[in-house]
Amino acid sequence: MLLTLTTTATDRGPATDLGYLLGKNPSRVQSFELPSGKAHVFYPEATAERCTAALLLDLDPLDLVRSARKRGASQGLLTHYVNDRPYVASSFLSVAISRVLRSALSGSCRERPALAEAELPLEVTVAALPARGGEGFVRALFEPLGYEVEVATEPLDPTFAEWGESRYVTLTLRANTRLSALLTHLYVLVPVLDDDKHYWVGREEIDKLLEKGGEWLKGHPEREAITRRYLKRQRGLTREALSRLTEGEDEDPEKEHAEARMEGPIKLSTQRMAAVVAAVLEGGAKRVADVGCGEGRLLRALLKEPSIEKVLGMDVSVRALERAAQRLRLNEMHERKRARVELMQGSMTYRDRRLQGYDAICAIEVVEHLEPSRLEAFARAIFETAAPPLVVVTTPNVEHNVRFESLPAGRLRHHDHRFEWTRAEFRAWAAELAERFGYEVRHLPVGTDDPEVGPPTQMAVFERKEGPR
Amino acid sequence: MSVLTIPEKSLVVLVGASGSGKSTFAAKHFLPTEVVSSDVCRGLVSDDTNDQAATPDAFEVVHAIASARLRQHRLTVIDATNVQKSARQPLIQLARKHHVLPVAIVLDVPAKVCHARNENRPDRQFGSHVVAHQRAQLRKSLRRLKKEGFRRVHVLDSAQAIEDATFERQKLWNDRKDDHGPFDVIGDVHGCASELVTLLTRLGYERSGEGYVHPHGRRVIFVGDLVDRGPDSPGVLAVAMAMVASGQALCVMGNHEAKLLKKLAGKKVKLTHGLAETWAQLEVAREARGDAFLDQVRAFLDARISHYVLDDGKLVVAHAGLAEHLQGRASGRVRSFALYGETTGETDEFGFPVRHDWARDYRGKAVVVYGHTPVPDAEWVNDTICIDTGCVFGGALTALRWPERELVSVPAEREHYAPRKPLVPEAQLRPAGVLDVDDVIGKRHVQTRLARTVTVREENGAAALEVMSRFAVDPRWLIHLPPTMAPVATSARDGFLEHPAEAFDYFRSHGVSRVICEEKHMGSRAVLVVCRDADAARARFGVTDGKRGVVVSRTGRAFFADDTTEAEVLERVAQAVGAAGLWEELGSDWVCLDAELMPWSAKAMALLRSQYAPVAAASRLGLSAATDALARCEHADARALLERFQERLTHTERYTEAYRRYCWPVASTDDLKLAPFHLLASEGAVHTDRDHGWHMATLARLAEHDSLLMATTHRVVDVGDPSSVDDTTEWWLSMVEAGGEGMVVKPFEWLAHGEHGVIQPALKVRGPEYLRIIYGPEYSATLARLRDRRLGTKRKLAVRELALGLEALHRFVEKEPLYRVHECVFGVLALESEPVDPRL
Repeated sequence: MLLTLTTTATDRGPATDLGYLLGKNPSRVQSFELPSGKAHVFYPEATAERCTAALLLDLDPLDLVRSARKRGASQGLLTHYVNDRPYVASSFLSVAISRVLRSALSGSCRERPALAEAELPLEVTVAALPARGGEGFVRALFEPLGYEVEVATEPLDPTFAEWGESRYVTLTLRANTRLSALLTHLYVLVPVLDDDKHYWVGREEIDKLLEKGGEWLKGHPEREAITRRYLKRQRGLTREALSRLTEGEDEDPEKEHAEARMEGPIKLSTQRMAAVVAAVLEGGAKRVADVGCGEGRLLRALLKEPSIEKVLGMDVSVRALERAAQRLRLNEMHERKRARVELMQGSMTYRDRRLQGYDAICAIEVVEHLEPSRLEAFARAIFETAAPPLVVVTTPNVEHNVRFESLPAGRLRHHDHRFEWTRAEFRAWAAELAERFGYEVRHLPVGTDDPEVGPPTQMAVFERKEGPR
Repeated sequence: MSVLTIPEKSLVVLVGASGSGKSTFAAKHFLPTEVVSSDVCRGLVSDDTNDQAATPDAFEVVHAIASARLRQHRLTVIDATNVQKSARQPLIQLARKHHVLPVAIVLDVPAKVCHARNENRPDRQFGSHVVAHQRAQLRKSLRRLKKEGFRRVHVLDSAQAIEDATFERQKLWNDRKDDHGPFDVIGDVHGCASELVTLLTRLGYERSGEGYVHPHGRRVIFVGDLVDRGPDSPGVLAVAMAMVASGQALCVMGNHEAKLLKKLAGKKVKLTHGLAETWAQLEVAREARGDAFLDQVRAFLDARISHYVLDDGKLVVAHAGLAEHLQGRASGRVRSFALYGETTGETDEFGFPVRHDWARDYRGKAVVVYGHTPVPDAEWVNDTICIDTGCVFGGALTALRWPERELVSVPAEREHYAPRKPLVPEAQLRPAGVLDVDDVIGKRHVQTRLARTVTVREENGAAALEVMSRFAVDPRWLIHLPPTMAPVATSARDGFLEHPAEAFDYFRSHGVSRVICEEKHMGSRAVLVVCRDADAARARFGVTDGKRGVVVSRTGRAFFADDTTEAEVLERVAQAVGAAGLWEELGSDWVCLDAELMPWSAKAMALLRSQYAPVAAASRLGLSAATDALARCEHADARALLERFQERLTHTERYTEAYRRYCWPVASTDDLKLAPFHLLASEGAVHTDRDHGWHMATLARLAEHDSLLMATTHRVVDVGDPSSVDDTTEWWLSMVEAGGEGMVVKPFEWLAHGEHGVIQPALKVRGPEYLRIIYGPEYSATLARLRDRRLGTKRKLAVRELALGLEALHRFVEKEPLYRVHECVFGVLALESEPVDPRL
């Protein structure tokens, strides 16, 4: 919420010339209206040797929340009445820089044009800067731009040392640089560190980034992270901005490597879909239900198979189903294809007759999201009530976790996983169900079947035995 | 003059040519809503009642309406010519599908009369050949109607007969809703005459002739299977026949009676399943009692019907049970279900028919009492109970007392007949713990005893389904979720958003003179179900996980992340309940407590880390940097800013202190504090009939035995007495000045009613410092802008959730099926997704 800018006397003139550069008289306290509050500019120190200007945000905490709620925001920090926005350096600070220090930001100065072009000894301090990514990321952002960086961290609560550090830092940057360059860097990078913006981010935000980022961003080693965060992690916008930013550049071998790294997990999930679809086809299923369908990856794969007549996607989350409908482009789908898909909300811990009459039910990476005490309800809903000829279940193989380098030992793969099974545990569970409900079960690996720890994903294919049950 | 009798619930098909006067006849004898006319439906779909091209669509509507009415079990009259078999056939199918009897009423009027009538109607100028043709078809149909499946056929063969006809609607034989008992429903006797006499005696019946009479007018209902396998089937028949004849008993048909009846009628029947023994005994009995005895038996069995619906529809008795859609209806299917159960035609490894689990699916309003399948113990499954406890196989003969729902059993004197397959506990056959998604999704109207019907919107249910499925504990443990609590009306006092005065005003204006003010602890809401031990948990809650209870949050999630802590807390609470002597005092093996569990940080650590502490850290950094900078600026305008920012800093520091009070590290359960404030329920009782004084005093006794538990400080206030009000206001002020959350004000009696039903069961009055956590660190600077707050929605929600939460407890305590309890708890969770101002 506070930015202070200090300079010292040079051979070009006294330190108080900073007042000309900023267009703000050092002997006054000036206030400016902003949406949801005010900004004040004043000078804690203004001598010929040393001059400090302060830009102080004075946001109305209540108005911040009320206007966010009025905009219809349902998520995000500002919908909480207890939030940090009035106290931190965020996109509000960028807005204040662009409004209150407009000419300094653009590098023009009516009274001392030459000064605006000059490199000056500048020191800037930003208080309460939320730094997502920690001190390391702060340095990674500013050091390549030629700043001497000083970061002071703050504990979450000094009375509870065990709670650790907060993400707020006090950042001090020093350099001999043009004022407009410094302000531009802050304008772009403060919201990037905060990893949030208080306003809607659309396509025009790309123009803003390219205009402000211009040359320095192009060569910045963190340009992808900067672009992604600046555009609020919207994939489409990020891709467009990056391609515009790197127009004419050769493909960077380093980048391709990064993609391959990214593809690791994607490949596994692709393999998983392929394995499930193969099991479904092999079983001759024509009507297939995907329980816990999420955003509909399996549904999409199943719809590509002409022999499959009907695909039901069921999930307990209405939001997931909405996203599935979007991803599948249900609204634009050809009527014939559309008639093959159905999405409905349902829960696997309740018995559901709507699941009856399917040839196959797939529960892909689902059971590990259920509390162990609810597995019995799941088993009955699928194997007793719905009782299709074919059931396909996949779940992580916890033994394989040691092969994931980025996964700390003992940690599960996803924070919502209630458990992850060893191969033996999964087999025991499956065998008991098969015995009780009259199925034959076989197990197949998905992904590389490591000789020691097995495949990353394990799959059980249950086939109902013939005859009366 | 002829009186036409028709079953009260039937499908009446009028048959007659155009112009035979069907519509006039229908209008004279039936309600307009009972009549479904093809002409009207033609008009509905085509705007022209005579548009023959619209006939197929019109009949689709006729059938749809008739189908819906029959599903509702309403008498329905089809007003169409129906002279062709092809027109009648789908109607007969419809009647069968809905298990009502089809009745044909033929209006056989001479062609010239029909034609003359049509002549007078401008819309029916279709020539005499049409009527002639229809008449010919009708004549041809007359003899066939019975064969087609009409259970009754009335032919009115002249204008005079039509004019003179009157109707008499007969109740179905199974309809005994007017009979309110009390009853003793007796399970399968199978010739165990001696045990029957013992049971009747135990139930208080006294011998009278061959039968028995109860001095208090109780009557017996036999669920059938009086005969076969046992030592004295004729003796059992004699008792039952005498009691039925004298009005002391009712008896439905069992499958063994059905077979015996066939044998008595001279049909070829295999003498298996104990019939051989019965037949031999009957031979002996005939010698002793004379030939007439067999005729009496045959007449008695012939008069048995498949089931009875009794006591305002609250009780259904059928030999093998009866699914809801068949109750009170009549068809071959109803009879086969009632006699043999819902069989698939397949047999199991013992050669017995495989049965579908109708009882586990049962969601009907009536209690169904039945026998047929021997079980070791009579157990309730979704408001159904099988009382065949296998007397003939050496088990017991069991009666259910109605409406008391008590079981009375006498053991078999010996094993009279060796069972071919082992008896399996009902619970194992039919786990009632399975919930159906239809029990919870869609728009729901839940009947509660407190607020009549509570409506839950579909989208709220959808939100709750996710929470319930992904996070909630086993639904068998979830017998209650607490309602939300509204704050007091906004105070106009300087420096206060909430103040006790408005709470006292509220209750005073609703005619409540005595209230209780309880200190509001700042932790997290917890509902505890605590059983005496794991065995009690298994017996009462049907759980098999070895747990002796649960501690859940207000959204039904497990309160503790690890089972060990939960088990330890439950153990300590159970010990305290035992030490206080409450198990005996309450006559219960379990209690349900509503409590606050501290510290706040035990449950809310994630929230503290992600929201509350960061705001403190940010404000500390941001505001102190601002005040430092402002202090260095010498300009006069900076002074004013400095003062304001220093004040802001003070506010945020007080905010930081406010949440810190509610945080302390927890290394073991010794660091926890549990403050129970409602002893909600125990076996047989929901304790809302006790005042809060009892709740406070009883729960305080727990705190004497374990430091984990703490008593809640409270005051009883007479709202009409200014000094009592002032004292308590002072007490509140001293608590909140020390940073306390505040207090909760409740009517001293647990529930209080105002003009428009139940009033708020509790109002919270929160202290100014605590409210920083709710309204924001600096809210006190903008108090004037916060005073406009809408409490209506929150208050309505509080009452609706209370109604549902208590209903869940009542239903559990009354041993209603799981889905009935779950429906209410689910409703509370669903209502919690209503958008309300989160600060209230």
